[in-house]
Amino acid sequence: MNFDLILRIGAKLVLPFILLFALYVQFHGDYGPGGGFQAGVIAASMVILVSITFGLQNARRIAPQGMVETMVPLGVLIFASVGVAGLAMGKNFLDYSVLSGDPRHGRHLGILLVEAGVFVTVSGTMIALFYAFVERGR
Amino acid sequence: MSAVRSQLPILQVLVPLLGAVLVAFLRRGTSAFALTLVVSWILPFVAGAMLLQVLATGPISYALGGWAPPIGIEYRVDVLNAMVLMLVSTVGAVIMPFAYRSVAFELDDSKEAWFYSMYLLCLAGLLGVAVTGDAFNAFVFLEISSLSTYVLIAMGPDRRALLSAFQYLIMGTIGATFYVIGVGFLYVLTGSLNMVDIAARLATVGPDQGQAVLTALAFITVGLSLKLALFPLHAWLPNAYTYAPSWATAFLAATATKVAIYLLVRYYFSIFGVAIDIRSLPIGDFIVGLSIAAMLVASFVAVFETNLKRMLAYSSVAQIGYITLGIGLANQAGLTGGLVHIVNHALMKAALFLAVGAMFYRAYTVELKDLAGIGRKMPLTTAAFTIAGFGLVGTPGTAGFISKWYLAVGALDKGWWLLVFLIVGSSLIALVYVGRVLEVVWLREPSVEIAKVRDPPLSMMAPLIVLTIATIYFGFDTEWTAGVASTAAKSLLGGLR
Repeated sequence: MNFDLILRIGAKLVLPFILLFALYVQFHGDYGPGGGFQAGVIAASMVILVSITFGLQNARRIAPQGMVETMVPLGVLIFASVGVAGLAMGKNFLDYSVLSGDPRHGRHLGILLVEAGVFVTVSGTMIALFYAFVERGR
Repeated sequence: MSAVRSQLPILQVLVPLLGAVLVAFLRRGTSAFALTLVVSWILPFVAGAMLLQVLATGPISYALGGWAPPIGIEYRVDVLNAMVLMLVSTVGAVIMPFAYRSVAFELDDSKEAWFYSMYLLCLAGLLGVAVTGDAFNAFVFLEISSLSTYVLIAMGPDRRALLSAFQYLIMGTIGATFYVIGVGFLYVLTGSLNMVDIAARLATVGPDQGQAVLTALAFITVGLSLKLALFPLHAWLPNAYTYAPSWATAFLAATATKVAIYLLVRYYFSIFGVAIDIRSLPIGDFIVGLSIAAMLVASFVAVFETNLKRMLAYSSVAQIGYITLGIGLANQAGLTGGLVHIVNHALMKAALFLAVGAMFYRAYTVELKDLAGIGRKMPLTTAAFTIAGFGLVGTPGTAGFISKWYLAVGALDKGWWLLVFLIVGSSLIALVYVGRVLEVVWLREPSVEIAKVRDPPLSMMAPLIVLTIATIYFGFDTEWTAGVASTAAKSLLGGLR
């Protein structure tokens, strides 16, 4: 297993930067291209790279099956809860302006939280799909 | 109370959506079922409150996120979609108790919670299509319901379920693509995605863009026809209904195609019909032609099917033909007949598929030859099948008669005598395929295996009995079926240019 030394060292070097880039895309989504969907895919690609270079067992230690299966509905729940907050405050569903005293700041916060939900669901779904393919039918 | 009332349109979608998410966390069959049951039983009250409000005070408009339409997404409820919402949520609520044993019987324990999660997601999608007033939002909900439907079908106990789900996925995706291309044309023409706004702006586009309007109409017609399984685009339906879990088949046969039909009616009468003179186009005659073909050919195929679920699936294709016939006729009686058949067919087909599901639960087969004499051992189930079967034929005293009566009157109003004979003729073919089943299940001697079966437990029997009583009840009291459908038809036809 020595001949893939370069691959493994290279992957180790790249891994933290993939995750950092995912977070950059996530939070940059407010001001430019990016957002939860793209960031979620990038973050999931990090787990997939771990799985390809270091084996499925090591990937499972980072992202266990149970956690991944929980992430899929969790993101939707975060998204929907942000919308329900509007309902609870007497406004319409998905009206983010209630989240803060200043309506503009509230809408900004709302988008941020919704994108976080998208990130959780998309990365969870990508990893779950990858696991399902690797295992060939659980 | 008024605070809740103003939020009803969003609650109709939000409650099943949140339910689906929470069920996905549970992972245990029984608790997942309990939560699904609660969610399913809330929804008819939401829909019922909206239906009463719409009948009393006119359409409801709801601005998502507080952004006023046509910029923001609008949920818009009038008599037509209030009726569809009421139908989908009521059928879901009534048949839900049946799922508990049937799903536990047919699916692995590990898949039960996912099944309920997918069902609620499908329900949210179907209700979303019906409640929204936004063309693109309707596409999103159509895909939410379709994708979850593929999963529901793939969970069927037979391995062939996977293949039929894949077949449906291909056809359904083509349908959705055609629909969204049509919406794209409308957006380019009008710059709007709000249905009311599209209709208003479409009326002002220049005559040089008439071709583009017709192209949009054609794409949307074909796309939705695939989703609603209009003959000859029905090829995905028989396999999907045959191999899906019994309960999922009953739910989908009663609701999924109906919602696509609703969307087609919405486009014809509330968008294109308002903007252009749709009755001068040959599209109505075209749909009448295909509907007649569906009524005759699919009924004829059903006569020779040996698998009970597949026979009922072909019967569904034929019955969808009756509904689209009413849309094609596009006069007061005809459209009322088509719309009321959405409701009546949903009740009868749900009852029939539940009865077959109950037989599968006890006898572990849906092959007609293996079910000989089962009527003597499962008398209540088979009686329910018989009554709903007679409803399908259109016997007076059942709900099916009401729809066919209106359709026949609609055909006479146009002076199409031949069509009346074709409606009666296709009913006679239905009598043949229903009668063939009745002969086998009632009159033959039960085999050794069948001699051991008995009627299913109360949780399965009660939904079946409720639907069967509804089939008879709505054959006499038509205020809430034909009455509402007639009101909807009047407002749709009144808006036509």
